[in-house]
Amino acid sequence: MSQKRDAAIVGIHEYPSRDVEGEVSPLQIKAESAAIALADAGLTWSDVDAIYDAGEGGGMAGLTMAEYFGLSPRVINTTNVGGSSYEYHAAHASRDIKAGKARVALLTYGSTAHSNARAIGVGGRGGASMHPAENMDAYAGMTLIANYAMVAHRHMHEYGTTSEQLAEISVATRMHAMRNPEAVKAMEDLEFLDIRETTIADVVNSRMIADPLHLLECCMISDGGGAVVIAAPEVARNCKKPPVWILGSGEATKYPMNGGDITTSAAAQSGPLAFAEAGVTPAEIDVAMIYDSFSITVLALLEDLGFCPKGEGGRWVEGGRLRFDRPSDGPALNTDGGGLSSNHPGMRGIFLLLEATRQLRGESTAQVADAKLAIAHGNGGMLGSRHAAGTIILGSD
Amino acid sequence: MNDPVRPLPRTDEFDTQEFWAGTKEKEFRYQQCRNCDTVIFYARRHCTGCVDGDLEWKIASGRATLYTYSVVRQSYHPFFRNQVPYAVAWIDLEEGPRILSNVVGVSDPLKDIHIGMRLELEWEEHDALCIPLFRPSTESS
Repeated sequence: MSQKRDAAIVGIHEYPSRDVEGEVSPLQIKAESAAIALADAGLTWSDVDAIYDAGEGGGMAGLTMAEYFGLSPRVINTTNVGGSSYEYHAAHASRDIKAGKARVALLTYGSTAHSNARAIGVGGRGGASMHPAENMDAYAGMTLIANYAMVAHRHMHEYGTTSEQLAEISVATRMHAMRNPEAVKAMEDLEFLDIRETTIADVVNSRMIADPLHLLECCMISDGGGAVVIAAPEVARNCKKPPVWILGSGEATKYPMNGGDITTSAAAQSGPLAFAEAGVTPAEIDVAMIYDSFSITVLALLEDLGFCPKGEGGRWVEGGRLRFDRPSDGPALNTDGGGLSSNHPGMRGIFLLLEATRQLRGESTAQVADAKLAIAHGNGGMLGSRHAAGTIILGSD
Repeated sequence: MNDPVRPLPRTDEFDTQEFWAGTKEKEFRYQQCRNCDTVIFYARRHCTGCVDGDLEWKIASGRATLYTYSVVRQSYHPFFRNQVPYAVAWIDLEEGPRILSNVVGVSDPLKDIHIGMRLELEWEEHDALCIPLFRPSTESS
């Protein structure tokens, strides 16, 4: 099979701190991560000719970030679809490079959500704005967690999924987090009470936040950021680290529809597009980096991406199937510890690309033996209402 | 200092102002296209089903079914923090619209609410509009 070799991830950096104590800005996190990611690739600022930015550093991001970095890019892309923005950026960078419009693309993210004490999960999403959908929804007091909890409730109702099955996702990601020193440090810095591997009983006995989701099924709120450098084949071949090729991508959106099925996400559209382009099947994937804002997010996305049939996710994940040390059972899940146990500064999509790259380089702290293929799937917005899906299939040489 | 109040919609938002004007009359207004029959909700000026749409306003009966819900146990919002535990839900009106709202009128939201239950509309009155909430149906099925 001849797979696409149009563009590759050649440099990465994950900003290590999850609690900058208000002393570093998002822009500083972006620039520091960019410099280290470029050095990781053996490149420098002047090699960059394309920037991709979700705008979290402020308005007119394409212009202001170019100036801040000190770059003169010939491609600027400021797609913002929440946490999935970075999968979109990777897809768009790959296209721009293939089209000859760019050679070296820089993606960055920086957030001080924790330092800002943003109550992402349980804050009021109130205050009517001028968007008509918001103007309909705000009065009901739906927290972010309740939004996802409504997906979980319907999934349980339709398919018999249990809290114990959903807890498998939290248990697997915590197991992986305990092997990752940066994740352990994150949990210490964010003052997690009991930092250790968890059991299914620990998860289902933790405090209920919004039925049926418990505390240990919810991601943390951290600071953080990172950078990804994507390059054309002729550049990638001469970089310091082995290239991680972008083999396929898919994008899709979903929003409330009268009579619609809330248990099926936009991944059901973006996943098949990405797999078809990459010429691989879910059964071949070694590492699944799946946006784990909540346990139910992963369960629904695994089904929608085709790892198991719709509705069978609960039974499929049982028995520790998602652990990194069981490669014969299918992909390992979120081997960095995920949003549940490593970091979630608000838009987690870049970390999916970072850990997938580490795995395909053989650099993970929960390394899957002989990992060759990985999927990074970002879900931006909210699973239970309007969200954007970005799927990226990555492969090593 | 005033007690915190439920966040209320703006009545001057271009697309949804007709819906909120209707609530003052305790009418649940929604749109349907005369051309292609598509039910539009939330309200818009264009038909999402066809490009030569001809939207007409209709009034829903208020009869509804609970599609899914969550009981919120923790909120930092100044109003909703004092309401916990309360139920948020996606609710399907008989005529087609699906709306995000609250299930009220139950003694224990943790026990008395279930997916598929029949609901009916209840209006919460405010100065400029009414808020559509839903309670268990009193109609025999």
